[in-house]
Amino acid sequence: MVPITVENLSKLYYLGLAKKHNSLRDLLSSFASSIGTSSKKKELWALNDISFQVNEGDTLGIIGKNGAGKSTLLKIFSRITKPTKGKAFIRGRVGSLLEVGTGFHNELSGRENIYMSGAIMGMKHREIDRKFDEIVAFAEVENFLDTAVKHYSSGMFMRLAFSVAAHLEPEILIVDEVLAVGDITFQRKCLNKMHDISDHGRTVLFVSHNMQSVASLCTRAIWLDKGNIREDGPAPDVVGSYLNAEANLGNERVWSDHDSPGDEIIKLRKIRVFSDEQQTEASFDIRRSISLEMAYEVLTPGKIFSPAFHLYNDEGICLFATNDVTQQWRTRPREKGIYTSRVEIPANLLAEGRFYVTAAAFSPLNHETYFLERDTIAFSVYDPLEGDSARGDFAGVMIGAVRPLLNWETDYRQER
Amino acid sequence: MRELTDKPLLVEIKPGRKWLNFDLGELWTYRELIYFLTWREIKIRYKQTAIGVFWAILQPVLTTVIFTAIFSSFARFGSTPIPYEMFALSGLLIWLYVNTAVSNASASLIVNTQLVTKVYIPRLILPLAMILSGLADLLIGLLVLSLVLPFYPVHIGWQALLAPIFVIEAVFLALSVGILSSALNVRFRDVKHALPFFLQVWMFMSPVFYPVEMLPDKWRWMFSFNPLYGLLQGFRASILGGPFHWRAIAMSLFVTFCLLVFSLFIFKKMEEDFADII
Repeated sequence: MVPITVENLSKLYYLGLAKKHNSLRDLLSSFASSIGTSSKKKELWALNDISFQVNEGDTLGIIGKNGAGKSTLLKIFSRITKPTKGKAFIRGRVGSLLEVGTGFHNELSGRENIYMSGAIMGMKHREIDRKFDEIVAFAEVENFLDTAVKHYSSGMFMRLAFSVAAHLEPEILIVDEVLAVGDITFQRKCLNKMHDISDHGRTVLFVSHNMQSVASLCTRAIWLDKGNIREDGPAPDVVGSYLNAEANLGNERVWSDHDSPGDEIIKLRKIRVFSDEQQTEASFDIRRSISLEMAYEVLTPGKIFSPAFHLYNDEGICLFATNDVTQQWRTRPREKGIYTSRVEIPANLLAEGRFYVTAAAFSPLNHETYFLERDTIAFSVYDPLEGDSARGDFAGVMIGAVRPLLNWETDYRQER
Repeated sequence: MRELTDKPLLVEIKPGRKWLNFDLGELWTYRELIYFLTWREIKIRYKQTAIGVFWAILQPVLTTVIFTAIFSSFARFGSTPIPYEMFALSGLLIWLYVNTAVSNASASLIVNTQLVTKVYIPRLILPLAMILSGLADLLIGLLVLSLVLPFYPVHIGWQALLAPIFVIEAVFLALSVGILSSALNVRFRDVKHALPFFLQVWMFMSPVFYPVEMLPDKWRWMFSFNPLYGLLQGFRASILGGPFHWRAIAMSLFVTFCLLVFSLFIFKKMEEDFADII
């Protein structure tokens, strides 16, 4: 049984519809003026004939710029708005974390709000009774159950709201940026809950602007662009190509004769990033090694030089510079021809994030630089949170420009 | 958890094209939510006002006292055999219910924007809960009425059993006007300003505090289109005694029914755009 099937779904908005006849008076006056002239409304297809299926147990990330149609798609799934054309079949209950706390009222107590918001999400009274203790324990509000939520701290409020939504146990769960709230322990709980839901064969739809979390949490991602599906595939790949398109950078770059960096001695021809499988990729598992490769052409023979890479992160910090120091080429004058040099960045060294590659060729002896090209390609690194990276079981924000997996040793001596 | 996954419901989401599909069955599946929202409204209303439940009594009683003071000294409606206080109180209880319920229902979608744009619930529930929660005030008022009624020389007989019919009709009447204005309110924000004026005109055009016999015969036909006329006539006849005007009552029920169907139709038509334009 496929939980979600989308067939040729389209949604048309008329821009300015909400504003055009905001009052009866406007309606009357525009009605009077529209006699004889055909009214022209500006159309916007928020979703344009999209089709896909989501399978049981999938955690589907939906990414794209603002206005790409992400929220329209989610609104259609949660039946808030209807499509203009096409159909969607949804099997089972849809739990939306689009906006947790919907239906909460400040004057009501925590206990009352649990029942209220449960009912809004379609839970039966008996069902809430059964899960009540669990909800309360998850939210850690045992002592404040009969206090009006207006006296809650914002953290308590969020926890309670999320807890009710998380215990709905829907067949399909929509999660929209909720991970941005709460402290780290609570975030950890939320992540576990999401895993739990997908492990039970349910479907999670995850919308976030945090590409790192999409890459690490989702099995699959759909990239929406102006109402169309631009790419659909494994989450890390889709996230990678999305980020590269955003930055206008690829994971591979080839230069033609007339625009290639360099001089009459050496010219840069091609640069790419890949992992074990020799296939160019945009996104890498933190536990895999990553290779950078550049191809360059020597036009004038006899020079001694070294190819080099500099790696920058999102904040513009240079993490390291590396150049070819192998004996093979270190002192050997180069013949004319095309060379391909590659360097391997070990697994478990880089932190999660985006990396920008600068490629250079220089002579270590006379400090002459033949070319130095900044931001040639970019790639991202994600952590699948499976416990065997440098994170261990920690799911919060990890600081540090690099994240090496280091050896730890602990000695213990019993206190006498 | 298992009980849910055993038989997951397949929902088909597609453009709405069905005419006159009111989905009343869906309301039934959401009955617990209707109950919760109604209860929430009542609770909040009595929690936020300092004098709480007392307010429900004060408003109709005080208005009755004022009307009685004014009309029994200036204008004499001597022709009615019923004591004027009881005539006014019974009319005001129904009117204040309709007035408050319609006003609250009218704002219900705007006030609960989140429930329209963030989750899916049948939107009809929101005005419906307002109409139902208003009943709390009405029931308290009716209790007061039943306590003071024995002090007046009115004959209460088997007709009193018919009173619930008219109370229920008032609920449906308030519902019709309430859902219609709530839907219009989403689309046209000046409904908010127009509604109080409309309600005021409606009150003056209805025999709330004056008997219809007071008016010249040539104007009375106008009342037959006002569902409140037959409703109030029947309600008073059942609790205060007196003849039932069956033709007016039948007309009133008929108009209320038509209004309800019409309002449901408009509401359902407009509902599809609520989330997009609210």
